[in-house]
Amino acid sequence: MSLLRLTGIRKSFGAVSVLHGVDLNIDAGEVVGLIGDNGAGKSTLMKIVTGIYQTDEGSITLEGKSVLDLTPGERRSRGVEMIYQDLALAKQQDVASNIFLGREPVKNVLGVKIVDRARMKQEAQVMIDRLGAKLPSITRPVGSFSGGQQQSVAIARALTFDPKIVIMDEPTAALAVREVQSVLDLIKQLKSQGISVILISHRLNDVLAVTDRIVVLRQGTAAANLVTSQTTMSEIVSAIVGGGDVEKAAAHESRG
Amino acid sequence: MTPIDAKSAPGPWSRMQEKSIEQLHIRLESIVVLLGLITLMTILSPYFFSISNFMNILLATSTIGVLAIAATFVLSSGGLDLSLGSVMGLSGVVGAAFAVNLGMPTPVAVIATVGAGALAGLVNGFVITRGFVPAFIVTLGMLGIARGLALVISDGRVIYGLPEWMLFIGQGRLFGIPMPVIIFIVVALIMHIVLAYTRYGRHTLSIGDNENAARTAGINVEFHRLTLYTLSGGLAGLAGLLFATRINSGDPTAGITYELTAITAAIIGGTNLFGGRGSILGTMIGALIMGVLQNGLNLLAVQSYYQQMAIGGVLVLAVFIDQYQQRQETKV
Repeated sequence: MSLLRLTGIRKSFGAVSVLHGVDLNIDAGEVVGLIGDNGAGKSTLMKIVTGIYQTDEGSITLEGKSVLDLTPGERRSRGVEMIYQDLALAKQQDVASNIFLGREPVKNVLGVKIVDRARMKQEAQVMIDRLGAKLPSITRPVGSFSGGQQQSVAIARALTFDPKIVIMDEPTAALAVREVQSVLDLIKQLKSQGISVILISHRLNDVLAVTDRIVVLRQGTAAANLVTSQTTMSEIVSAIVGGGDVEKAAAHESRG
Repeated sequence: MTPIDAKSAPGPWSRMQEKSIEQLHIRLESIVVLLGLITLMTILSPYFFSISNFMNILLATSTIGVLAIAATFVLSSGGLDLSLGSVMGLSGVVGAAFAVNLGMPTPVAVIATVGAGALAGLVNGFVITRGFVPAFIVTLGMLGIARGLALVISDGRVIYGLPEWMLFIGQGRLFGIPMPVIIFIVVALIMHIVLAYTRYGRHTLSIGDNENAARTAGINVEFHRLTLYTLSGGLAGLAGLLFATRINSGDPTAGITYELTAITAAIIGGTNLFGGRGSILGTMIGALIMGVLQNGLNLLAVQSYYQQMAIGGVLVLAVFIDQYQQRQETKV
Protein backbone atom coordinates (compact mmCIF):
# COMPACT_ATOMS: atom_id res chain seq x y z
CA MET A 1 0.00 0.00 0.00
CA SER A 2 1.47 3.30 -1.03
CA LEU A 3 2.00 5.79 1.77
CA LEU A 4 3.98 8.56 0.12
CA ARG A 5 4.08 9.04 -3.62
CA LEU A 6 6.11 11.64 -5.51
CA THR A 7 5.61 11.99 -9.25
CA GLY A 8 7.48 14.17 -11.71
CA ILE A 9 9.10 16.42 -9.09
CA ARG A 10 11.03 19.28 -10.68
CA LYS A 11 12.91 22.02 -8.91
CA SER A 12 15.30 24.72 -9.96
CA PHE A 13 16.86 27.57 -8.05
CA GLY A 14 17.18 30.45 -10.47
CA ALA A 15 19.19 29.15 -13.39
CA VAL A 16 20.33 26.04 -11.52
CA SER A 17 18.11 23.05 -12.18
CA VAL A 18 18.44 20.52 -9.37
CA LEU A 19 15.65 17.99 -9.88
CA HIS A 20 14.21 17.12 -13.24
CA GLY A 21 11.32 14.77 -12.85
CA VAL A 22 11.81 12.52 -9.83
CA ASP A 23 9.38 9.69 -9.08
CA LEU A 24 9.45 8.02 -5.69
CA ASN A 25 7.04 5.72 -3.95
CA ILE A 26 7.19 4.62 -0.31
CA ASP A 27 4.91 1.93 1.08
CA ALA A 28 3.67 1.86 4.64
CA GLY A 29 6.22 0.29 6.95
CA GLU A 30 8.87 0.26 4.26
CA VAL A 31 12.48 1.34 4.82
CA VAL A 32 13.89 2.99 1.72
CA GLY A 33 17.48 4.09 1.31
CA LEU A 34 17.93 7.29 -0.65
CA ILE A 35 21.47 7.51 -1.91
CA GLY A 36 23.46 9.44 -4.44
CA ASP A 37 26.56 11.53 -4.81
CA ASN A 38 26.93 15.01 -3.36
CA GLY A 39 24.74 17.42 -5.29
CA ALA A 40 22.47 14.69 -6.65
CA GLY A 41 19.50 16.44 -5.08
CA LYS A 42 18.75 14.25 -2.03
CA SER A 43 18.38 17.10 0.44
CA THR A 44 16.38 19.23 -1.98
CA LEU A 45 14.00 16.34 -2.62
CA MET A 46 13.47 15.75 1.09
CA LYS A 47 12.93 19.44 1.77
CA ILE A 48 10.23 19.34 -0.89
CA VAL A 49 8.62 16.42 0.94
CA THR A 50 8.66 18.21 4.29
CA GLY A 51 7.41 21.42 2.71
CA ILE A 52 10.40 23.65 3.31
CA TYR A 53 10.72 24.05 -0.48
CA GLN A 54 7.83 24.19 -2.93
CA THR A 55 8.12 21.95 -5.96
CA ASP A 56 8.01 23.65 -9.38
CA GLU A 57 6.17 20.75 -10.98
CA GLY A 58 4.83 17.34 -10.01
CA SER A 59 2.67 15.97 -7.24
CA ILE A 60 3.12 14.67 -3.69
CA THR A 61 0.47 12.55 -2.08
CA LEU A 62 0.37 11.15 1.43
CA GLU A 63 -2.11 8.28 1.81
CA GLY A 64 -3.62 9.26 -1.52
CA LYS A 65 -4.21 12.91 -0.62
CA SER A 66 -2.18 15.77 -2.03
CA VAL A 67 -0.05 17.63 0.50
CA LEU A 68 1.27 20.26 -1.91
CA ASP A 69 -0.75 23.08 -0.37
CA LEU A 70 0.22 22.26 3.21
CA THR A 71 2.80 24.12 5.29
CA PRO A 72 5.68 22.22 6.95
CA GLY A 73 3.78 22.29 10.24
CA GLU A 74 0.63 20.86 8.68
CA ARG A 75 2.59 18.12 6.92
CA ARG A 76 4.18 17.26 10.22
CA SER A 77 0.81 16.89 11.86
CA ARG A 78 -0.18 14.57 8.96
CA GLY A 79 2.75 12.38 9.92
CA VAL A 80 5.81 13.53 7.96
CA GLU A 81 8.75 13.83 10.35
CA MET A 82 12.34 14.73 9.52
CA ILE A 83 15.43 14.18 11.67
CA TYR A 84 18.22 16.48 10.56
CA GLN A 85 21.87 15.54 10.59
CA ASP A 86 22.64 18.04 13.36
CA LEU A 87 19.69 16.49 15.27
CA ALA A 88 18.42 19.93 16.36
CA LEU A 89 18.95 19.12 20.04
CA ALA A 90 19.44 21.65 22.82
CA LYS A 91 22.61 20.12 24.22
CA GLN A 92 22.51 21.65 27.70
CA GLN A 93 18.93 20.56 28.35
CA ASP A 94 17.93 17.10 29.49
CA VAL A 95 16.18 14.35 27.53
CA ALA A 96 12.66 15.26 28.58
CA SER A 97 13.14 18.95 27.74
CA ASN A 98 14.40 18.03 24.27
CA ILE A 99 11.64 15.55 23.51
CA PHE A 100 8.98 18.11 24.47
CA LEU A 101 10.82 21.17 23.14
CA GLY A 102 8.31 23.80 22.06
CA ARG A 103 5.24 21.92 23.36
CA GLU A 104 5.93 21.33 27.04
CA PRO A 105 2.91 20.06 28.96
CA VAL A 106 1.76 22.53 31.63
CA LYS A 107 -0.24 22.28 34.82
CA ASN A 108 -2.04 25.05 36.61
CA VAL A 109 -0.53 26.06 39.96
CA LEU A 110 -2.36 28.97 41.62
CA GLY A 111 -3.30 30.38 38.23
CA VAL A 112 0.24 30.14 36.86
CA LYS A 113 0.98 27.69 34.09
CA ILE A 114 3.93 25.65 35.30
CA VAL A 115 5.74 23.16 33.09
CA ASP A 116 4.74 19.69 34.24
CA ARG A 117 8.19 18.16 34.73
CA ALA A 118 6.91 14.94 36.27
CA ARG A 119 4.67 14.23 33.30
CA MET A 120 7.40 15.21 30.84
CA LYS A 121 9.90 12.86 32.44
CA GLN A 122 7.39 10.03 32.63
CA GLU A 123 6.29 10.35 29.00
CA ALA A 124 9.87 10.76 27.85
CA GLN A 125 10.76 7.53 29.63
CA VAL A 126 7.84 5.77 27.90
CA MET A 127 9.13 6.92 24.51
CA ILE A 128 12.68 5.82 25.29
CA ASP A 129 11.43 2.43 26.45
CA ARG A 130 9.22 2.05 23.38
CA LEU A 131 12.34 2.54 21.27
CA GLY A 132 14.35 0.18 23.43
CA ALA A 133 17.11 2.82 23.54
CA LYS A 134 19.67 2.76 26.30
CA LEU A 135 20.42 6.12 27.93
CA PRO A 136 22.50 6.82 31.05
CA SER A 137 19.87 9.07 32.63
CA ILE A 138 17.00 11.08 31.26
CA THR A 139 17.72 13.96 33.62
CA ARG A 140 21.21 14.64 32.28
CA PRO A 141 22.01 17.15 29.56
CA VAL A 142 21.98 15.40 26.17
CA GLY A 143 25.30 17.03 25.32
CA SER A 144 26.96 14.61 27.74
CA PHE A 145 25.66 11.65 25.72
CA SER A 146 27.42 9.83 22.91
CA GLY A 147 26.42 10.49 19.30
CA GLY A 148 24.28 7.35 19.12
CA GLN A 149 22.50 8.19 22.35
CA GLN A 150 21.78 11.69 21.05
CA GLN A 151 20.39 10.10 17.90
CA SER A 152 18.06 8.00 20.09
CA VAL A 153 16.79 11.17 21.74
CA ALA A 154 16.10 12.76 18.35
CA ILE A 155 14.26 9.63 17.18
CA ALA A 156 12.28 9.48 20.43
CA ARG A 157 11.23 13.08 19.87
CA ALA A 158 10.14 12.25 16.34
CA LEU A 159 8.08 9.35 17.72
CA THR A 160 6.09 11.65 20.00
CA PHE A 161 4.61 13.27 16.90
CA ASP A 162 3.14 9.86 15.99
CA PRO A 163 4.70 9.94 12.53
CA LYS A 164 3.75 7.78 9.55
CA ILE A 165 7.07 8.38 7.88
CA VAL A 166 10.41 9.44 9.32
CA ILE A 167 13.10 10.91 7.08
CA MET A 168 16.59 10.50 8.54
CA ASP A 169 19.49 12.51 7.14
CA GLU A 170 22.82 10.71 7.60
CA PRO A 171 21.98 9.28 11.04
CA THR A 172 25.12 7.14 11.18
CA ALA A 173 27.63 9.51 9.57
CA ALA A 174 29.15 10.87 12.77
CA LEU A 175 28.95 7.77 14.92
CA ALA A 176 31.53 5.44 16.37
CA VAL A 177 31.49 2.02 14.76
CA ARG A 178 30.03 0.28 17.79
CA GLU A 179 27.17 2.76 17.87
CA VAL A 180 26.07 2.37 14.29
CA GLN A 181 24.40 -0.96 14.98
CA SER A 182 22.24 0.47 17.74
CA VAL A 183 20.95 3.19 15.42
CA LEU A 184 20.23 0.60 12.73
CA ASP A 185 18.32 -1.36 15.37
CA LEU A 186 16.27 1.76 16.11
CA ILE A 187 15.37 2.01 12.42
CA LYS A 188 14.22 -1.62 12.46
CA GLN A 189 12.25 -0.82 15.58
CA LEU A 190 10.43 2.00 13.74
CA LYS A 191 9.67 -0.35 10.86
CA SER A 192 8.29 -2.97 13.23
CA GLN A 193 5.85 -0.35 14.50
CA GLY A 194 4.57 0.23 10.98
CA ILE A 195 6.44 3.50 10.46
CA SER A 196 8.07 4.10 7.07
CA VAL A 197 11.64 5.37 7.00
CA ILE A 198 13.57 7.19 4.31
CA LEU A 199 17.23 6.77 5.09
CA ILE A 200 19.63 9.24 3.46
CA SER A 201 23.14 7.91 3.84
CA HIS A 202 26.56 7.75 2.29
CA ARG A 203 27.37 4.61 4.24
CA LEU A 204 26.30 1.95 1.77
CA ASN A 205 26.87 -0.89 4.20
CA ASP A 206 24.32 0.60 6.58
CA VAL A 207 21.86 1.13 3.75
CA LEU A 208 22.29 -2.47 2.61
CA ALA A 209 21.87 -3.74 6.17
CA VAL A 210 18.63 -2.07 7.05
CA THR A 211 16.59 -1.09 3.98
CA ASP A 212 13.98 -2.92 1.92
CA ARG A 213 14.62 -0.89 -1.18
CA ILE A 214 17.28 1.50 -2.44
CA VAL A 215 16.60 4.50 -4.66
CA VAL A 216 19.62 6.05 -6.32
CA LEU A 217 19.41 9.71 -7.22
CA ARG A 218 21.74 10.87 -9.95
CA GLN A 219 21.84 14.23 -11.69
CA GLY A 220 18.39 15.14 -10.56
CA THR A 221 16.53 11.96 -11.47
CA ALA A 222 15.85 8.62 -9.81
CA ALA A 223 18.46 6.65 -11.72
CA ALA A 224 17.81 3.28 -10.12
CA ASN A 225 15.24 1.59 -7.92
CA LEU A 226 16.72 -1.57 -6.44
CA VAL A 227 15.31 -4.22 -4.13
CA THR A 228 17.92 -4.49 -1.39
CA SER A 229 17.82 -8.27 -1.09
CA GLN A 230 18.45 -8.69 -4.81
CA THR A 231 21.18 -6.14 -5.37
CA THR A 232 24.90 -5.92 -4.82
CA MET A 233 27.31 -3.25 -3.71
CA SER A 234 28.80 -2.95 -7.20
CA GLU A 235 25.38 -2.47 -8.79
CA ILE A 236 24.66 0.35 -6.35
CA VAL A 237 28.02 2.02 -6.85
CA SER A 238 27.72 1.96 -10.62
CA ALA A 239 24.22 3.45 -10.31
CA ILE A 240 25.61 6.26 -8.16
CA VAL A 241 28.53 7.18 -10.37
CA GLY A 242 26.62 6.64 -13.60
CA GLY A 243 28.49 3.78 -15.19
CA GLY A 244 29.75 5.77 -18.17
CA ASP A 245 26.44 7.46 -18.82
CA VAL A 246 28.15 10.48 -20.32
CA GLU A 247 25.24 11.85 -22.31
CA LYS A 248 22.97 12.26 -19.29
CA ALA A 249 25.75 13.87 -17.29
CA ALA A 250 26.36 16.33 -20.07
CA ALA A 251 22.64 17.11 -20.30
CA HIS A 252 22.52 17.73 -16.53
CA GLU A 253 25.48 20.04 -16.67
CA SER A 254 24.11 21.97 -19.61
CA ARG A 255 20.86 22.54 -17.74
CA GLY A 256 22.77 24.27 -15.04
CA MET B 1 48.65 9.71 42.81
CA THR B 2 45.25 8.20 42.15
CA PRO B 3 43.11 10.08 39.68
CA ILE B 4 39.56 10.83 40.75
CA ASP B 5 37.33 8.14 39.31
CA ALA B 6 34.44 10.02 37.72
CA LYS B 7 32.57 6.83 37.00
CA SER B 8 32.45 5.46 40.55
CA ALA B 9 29.02 5.14 42.16
CA PRO B 10 27.53 8.59 42.83
CA GLY B 11 28.31 9.62 46.38
CA PRO B 12 25.98 11.67 48.57
CA TRP B 13 27.64 14.88 47.37
CA SER B 14 26.99 14.31 43.68
CA ARG B 15 23.47 13.09 44.43
CA MET B 16 22.81 16.32 46.31
CA GLN B 17 24.34 18.21 43.39
CA GLU B 18 21.96 16.57 40.94
CA LYS B 19 18.99 17.22 43.22
CA SER B 20 19.82 20.89 43.68
CA ILE B 21 20.22 21.40 39.93
CA GLU B 22 17.11 19.40 39.09
CA GLN B 23 14.82 21.01 41.63
CA LEU B 24 16.18 24.42 42.55
CA HIS B 25 18.31 25.05 39.47
CA ILE B 26 21.30 26.11 41.58
CA ARG B 27 24.79 24.74 41.57
CA LEU B 28 25.55 23.45 45.02
CA GLU B 29 29.12 24.77 44.89
CA SER B 30 27.95 28.37 44.75
CA ILE B 31 25.98 27.93 47.98
CA VAL B 32 29.04 26.36 49.60
CA VAL B 33 31.18 29.30 48.47
CA LEU B 34 28.64 31.79 49.85
CA LEU B 35 28.40 30.01 53.21
CA GLY B 36 32.18 29.66 53.35
CA LEU B 37 32.58 33.37 52.68
CA ILE B 38 30.04 34.25 55.39
CA THR B 39 31.84 31.98 57.86
CA LEU B 40 35.20 33.52 56.98
CA MET B 41 33.93 37.08 57.38
CA THR B 42 32.26 36.18 60.68
CA ILE B 43 35.58 34.90 62.01
CA LEU B 44 37.52 37.89 60.69
CA SER B 45 35.19 40.70 61.71
CA PRO B 46 33.12 41.01 64.89
CA TYR B 47 30.74 43.41 63.14
CA PHE B 48 29.84 41.13 60.26
CA PHE B 49 27.37 38.62 61.68
CA SER B 50 24.28 40.66 62.59
CA ILE B 51 20.82 41.10 61.18
CA SER B 52 21.35 44.80 60.57
CA ASN B 53 24.53 44.11 58.62
CA PHE B 54 22.78 41.43 56.55
CA MET B 55 20.11 44.03 55.78
CA ASN B 56 22.90 46.35 54.66
CA ILE B 57 24.25 43.69 52.33
CA LEU B 58 20.80 42.99 50.88
CA LEU B 59 20.11 46.70 50.47
CA ALA B 60 23.41 47.24 48.71
CA THR B 61 22.74 44.20 46.52
CA SER B 62 19.15 45.12 45.58
CA THR B 63 19.87 47.45 42.65
CA ILE B 64 22.61 45.31 41.15
CA GLY B 65 20.51 42.24 41.90
CA VAL B 66 17.59 43.47 39.78
CA LEU B 67 19.99 44.25 36.92
CA ALA B 68 21.55 40.82 37.34
CA ILE B 69 18.12 39.20 36.87
CA ALA B 70 17.83 41.03 33.56
CA ALA B 71 21.35 39.96 32.60
CA THR B 72 20.56 36.33 33.42
CA PHE B 73 17.50 36.24 31.16
CA VAL B 74 19.30 37.82 28.24
CA LEU B 75 22.55 35.86 28.62
CA SER B 76 20.83 32.51 29.00
CA SER B 77 18.98 33.18 25.74
CA GLY B 78 22.34 33.59 24.02
CA GLY B 79 22.04 37.38 23.95
CA LEU B 80 23.79 40.27 25.64
CA ASP B 81 22.59 43.57 27.10
CA LEU B 82 25.38 46.08 27.64
CA SER B 83 22.94 48.96 28.07
CA LEU B 84 21.63 47.88 31.49
CA GLY B 85 23.51 50.51 33.50
CA SER B 86 22.78 53.38 31.11
CA VAL B 87 19.12 52.46 30.80
CA MET B 88 18.94 52.34 34.59
CA GLY B 89 20.39 55.89 34.74
CA LEU B 90 18.01 57.11 32.03
CA SER B 91 14.99 55.62 33.81
CA GLY B 92 15.87 57.29 37.09
CA VAL B 93 16.20 60.65 35.36
CA VAL B 94 12.91 60.18 33.46
CA GLY B 95 11.14 59.26 36.71
CA ALA B 96 12.58 62.26 38.53
CA ALA B 97 11.72 64.59 35.64
CA PHE B 98 8.12 63.34 35.64
CA ALA B 99 7.79 63.71 39.40
CA VAL B 100 9.75 66.93 39.99
CA ASN B 101 9.83 68.93 36.75
CA LEU B 102 6.38 67.94 35.51
CA GLY B 103 4.85 67.48 38.96
CA MET B 104 3.16 64.20 38.02
CA PRO B 105 1.64 62.04 40.79
CA THR B 106 3.77 59.18 42.10
CA PRO B 107 2.04 56.29 40.26
CA VAL B 108 2.55 58.05 36.91
CA ALA B 109 6.18 58.77 37.70
CA VAL B 110 6.74 55.16 38.75
CA ILE B 111 5.18 53.82 35.56
CA ALA B 112 7.22 56.32 33.52
CA THR B 113 10.44 55.15 35.18
CA VAL B 114 9.90 51.47 34.47
CA GLY B 115 8.27 52.27 31.12
CA ALA B 116 11.28 54.30 29.94
CA GLY B 117 13.48 51.29 30.60
CA ALA B 118 11.10 48.90 28.86
CA LEU B 119 10.90 51.22 25.86
CA ALA B 120 14.68 51.35 25.56
CA GLY B 121 14.71 47.55 25.78
CA LEU B 122 12.00 47.29 23.12
CA VAL B 123 14.10 49.44 20.80
CA ASN B 124 17.10 47.17 21.46
CA GLY B 125 15.04 44.09 20.76
CA PHE B 126 13.48 45.54 17.66
CA VAL B 127 16.79 46.48 16.05
CA ILE B 128 18.36 43.13 17.03
CA THR B 129 15.53 40.92 15.75
CA ARG B 130 14.29 42.95 12.77
CA GLY B 131 17.46 44.74 11.75
CA PHE B 132 19.73 41.72 12.23
CA VAL B 133 22.34 43.85 13.98
CA PRO B 134 24.32 41.86 16.60
CA ALA B 135 23.15 42.37 20.19
CA PHE B 136 26.64 43.45 21.24
CA ILE B 137 26.55 46.39 18.80
CA VAL B 138 22.94 47.40 19.40
CA THR B 139 23.21 47.42 23.19
CA LEU B 140 26.62 49.07 23.04
CA GLY B 141 24.98 51.79 20.98
CA MET B 142 22.13 52.02 23.47
CA LEU B 143 24.71 52.32 26.26
CA GLY B 144 25.78 55.61 24.69
CA ILE B 145 22.35 56.76 23.54
CA ALA B 146 20.60 56.19 26.88
CA ARG B 147 23.40 57.84 28.85
CA GLY B 148 23.40 60.83 26.52
CA LEU B 149 19.63 61.11 26.65
CA ALA B 150 19.73 61.06 30.45
CA LEU B 151 22.18 63.97 30.38
CA VAL B 152 20.05 65.84 27.82
CA ILE B 153 16.82 65.43 29.81
CA SER B 154 18.44 66.47 33.10
CA ASP B 155 20.61 69.12 31.45
CA GLY B 156 23.56 67.35 33.01
CA ARG B 157 22.38 68.05 36.52
CA VAL B 158 21.00 65.85 39.27
CA ILE B 159 17.21 66.26 39.70
CA TYR B 160 16.58 66.52 43.47
CA GLY B 161 13.56 66.34 45.70
CA LEU B 162 11.29 63.41 44.85
CA PRO B 163 7.78 63.34 46.38
CA GLU B 164 7.36 61.56 49.67
CA TRP B 165 5.43 58.57 48.34
CA MET B 166 8.12 57.88 45.81
CA LEU B 167 10.79 58.02 48.49
CA PHE B 168 8.92 55.30 50.36
CA ILE B 169 9.95 52.88 47.59
CA GLY B 170 13.64 53.52 48.20
CA GLN B 171 13.79 54.52 51.83
CA GLY B 172 10.67 53.08 53.46
CA ARG B 173 10.49 49.96 55.56
CA LEU B 174 7.88 47.26 55.92
CA PHE B 175 8.10 45.18 59.12
CA GLY B 176 11.56 46.66 59.56
CA ILE B 177 12.76 45.43 56.18
CA PRO B 178 13.85 48.09 53.67
CA MET B 179 11.45 48.35 50.71
CA PRO B 180 14.15 47.86 48.03
CA VAL B 181 15.05 44.55 49.66
CA ILE B 182 11.41 43.43 49.66
CA ILE B 183 10.92 44.47 46.03
CA PHE B 184 14.17 42.82 45.01
CA ILE B 185 13.34 39.50 46.70
CA VAL B 186 9.76 39.40 45.39
CA VAL B 187 10.89 40.18 41.83
CA ALA B 188 13.68 37.61 42.10
CA LEU B 189 11.30 34.87 43.25
CA ILE B 190 8.79 35.65 40.50
CA MET B 191 11.47 35.74 37.83
CA HIS B 192 12.99 32.53 39.17
CA ILE B 193 9.68 30.77 38.69
CA VAL B 194 9.33 32.27 35.20
CA LEU B 195 12.80 31.15 34.08
CA ALA B 196 12.89 27.74 35.72
CA TYR B 197 9.32 26.49 35.59
CA THR B 198 7.33 28.15 32.81
CA ARG B 199 7.32 27.49 29.09
CA TYR B 200 8.57 31.05 28.53
CA GLY B 201 11.63 30.33 30.65
CA ARG B 202 12.28 26.91 29.15
CA HIS B 203 12.07 28.40 25.66
CA THR B 204 14.49 31.14 26.70
CA LEU B 205 17.07 28.53 27.65
CA SER B 206 16.41 26.44 24.53
CA ILE B 207 16.93 29.44 22.26
CA GLY B 208 20.23 30.15 23.99
CA ASP B 209 21.20 26.51 23.72
CA ASN B 210 20.41 25.86 20.08
CA GLU B 211 18.54 28.54 18.19
CA ASN B 212 17.90 26.25 15.22
CA ALA B 213 16.48 23.49 17.38
CA ALA B 214 14.15 26.01 19.00
CA ARG B 215 13.06 27.29 15.61
CA THR B 216 12.52 23.76 14.28
CA ALA B 217 10.42 23.05 17.36
CA GLY B 218 8.10 25.88 16.37
CA ILE B 219 9.22 28.53 18.84
CA ASN B 220 8.98 32.07 17.46
CA VAL B 221 12.61 32.91 18.19
CA GLU B 222 12.54 36.53 16.98
CA PHE B 223 9.44 37.49 18.93
CA HIS B 224 10.78 35.72 22.02
CA ARG B 225 14.03 37.69 21.78
CA LEU B 226 12.07 40.93 21.40
CA THR B 227 10.18 40.23 24.63
CA LEU B 228 13.43 39.32 26.41
CA TYR B 229 15.12 42.63 25.61
CA THR B 230 11.97 44.50 26.59
CA LEU B 231 11.90 42.60 29.87
CA SER B 232 15.58 43.38 30.38
CA GLY B 233 14.96 47.10 29.80
CA GLY B 234 11.95 47.06 32.13
CA LEU B 235 14.04 45.48 34.89
CA ALA B 236 16.74 48.11 34.31
CA GLY B 237 13.96 50.68 34.74
CA LEU B 238 12.97 49.06 38.02
CA ALA B 239 16.59 49.17 39.16
CA GLY B 240 16.64 52.86 38.21
CA LEU B 241 13.52 53.41 40.30
CA LEU B 242 15.03 51.67 43.34
CA PHE B 243 18.26 53.64 43.01
CA ALA B 244 16.72 57.07 42.38
CA THR B 245 14.24 56.78 45.22
CA ARG B 246 16.96 55.59 47.59
CA ILE B 247 19.22 58.59 46.90
CA ASN B 248 16.23 60.95 46.49
CA SER B 249 17.28 62.15 43.04
CA GLY B 250 17.49 61.35 39.38
CA ASP B 251 21.21 61.19 38.70
CA PRO B 252 22.15 61.05 34.99
CA THR B 253 25.43 59.36 35.87
CA ALA B 254 23.80 56.60 37.93
CA GLY B 255 24.64 53.03 37.01
CA ILE B 256 27.86 53.59 35.08
CA THR B 257 29.53 50.16 34.54
CA TYR B 258 26.71 48.47 36.48
CA GLU B 259 26.01 46.28 33.44
CA LEU B 260 29.39 44.65 33.91
CA THR B 261 28.79 44.05 37.62
CA ALA B 262 25.36 42.56 36.79
CA ILE B 263 26.86 40.24 34.16
CA THR B 264 29.56 39.26 36.66
CA ALA B 265 26.92 38.32 39.25
CA ALA B 266 25.01 36.25 36.69
CA ILE B 267 28.12 34.37 35.63
CA ILE B 268 29.35 33.72 39.18
CA GLY B 269 25.87 32.31 39.74
CA GLY B 270 26.33 29.76 36.96
CA THR B 271 24.82 31.46 33.93
CA ASN B 272 26.46 30.39 30.68
CA LEU B 273 27.81 33.48 28.90
CA PHE B 274 26.95 31.83 25.59
CA GLY B 275 23.43 30.82 26.50
CA GLY B 276 21.50 27.70 27.38
CA ARG B 277 22.01 27.72 31.12
CA GLY B 278 21.05 30.11 33.86
CA SER B 279 18.86 30.44 36.93
CA ILE B 280 17.74 33.43 38.94
CA LEU B 281 18.41 31.81 42.32
CA GLY B 282 21.92 31.05 41.09
CA THR B 283 22.36 34.67 40.04
CA MET B 284 21.07 35.83 43.45
CA ILE B 285 23.73 33.70 45.11
CA GLY B 286 26.28 35.20 42.73
CA ALA B 287 25.14 38.72 43.60
CA LEU B 288 25.24 37.89 47.31
CA ILE B 289 28.74 36.45 47.02
CA MET B 290 29.84 39.79 45.60
CA GLY B 291 27.82 41.72 48.20
CA VAL B 292 29.25 39.74 51.12
CA LEU B 293 32.76 40.07 49.74
CA GLN B 294 32.43 43.83 49.36
CA ASN B 295 30.74 44.34 52.73
CA GLY B 296 33.21 42.11 54.56
CA LEU B 297 36.23 43.79 53.01
CA ASN B 298 34.74 47.17 53.92
CA LEU B 299 34.34 46.08 57.52
CA LEU B 300 37.93 44.87 57.49
CA ALA B 301 38.93 48.33 56.22
CA VAL B 302 40.45 46.92 53.04
CA GLN B 303 41.00 49.58 50.38
CA SER B 304 38.33 49.53 47.67
CA TYR B 305 41.01 48.99 45.03
CA TYR B 306 41.63 45.56 46.47
CA GLN B 307 37.89 44.87 46.50
CA GLN B 308 37.75 45.29 42.75
CA MET B 309 40.63 42.87 42.42
CA ALA B 310 38.90 40.34 44.67
CA ILE B 311 35.68 40.43 42.65
CA GLY B 312 37.57 40.09 39.39
CA GLY B 313 39.40 37.10 40.82
CA VAL B 314 36.16 35.46 42.00
CA LEU B 315 34.67 35.85 38.52
CA VAL B 316 37.55 34.06 36.83
CA LEU B 317 37.67 31.42 39.55
CA ALA B 318 33.93 30.70 39.24
CA VAL B 319 34.16 30.15 35.50
CA PHE B 320 37.30 28.07 35.94
CA ILE B 321 35.55 25.72 38.39
CA ASP B 322 32.55 25.48 36.09
CA GLN B 323 34.66 24.64 33.04
CA TYR B 324 36.70 22.15 35.04
CA GLN B 325 33.57 20.32 36.13
CA GLN B 326 32.09 20.27 32.66
CA ARG B 327 35.27 18.69 31.37
CA GLN B 328 35.08 16.07 34.10
CA GLU B 329 31.44 15.33 33.31
CA THR B 330 31.96 14.84 29.60
CA LYS B 331 35.09 12.73 30.03
CA VAL B 332 34.43 9.24 28.69
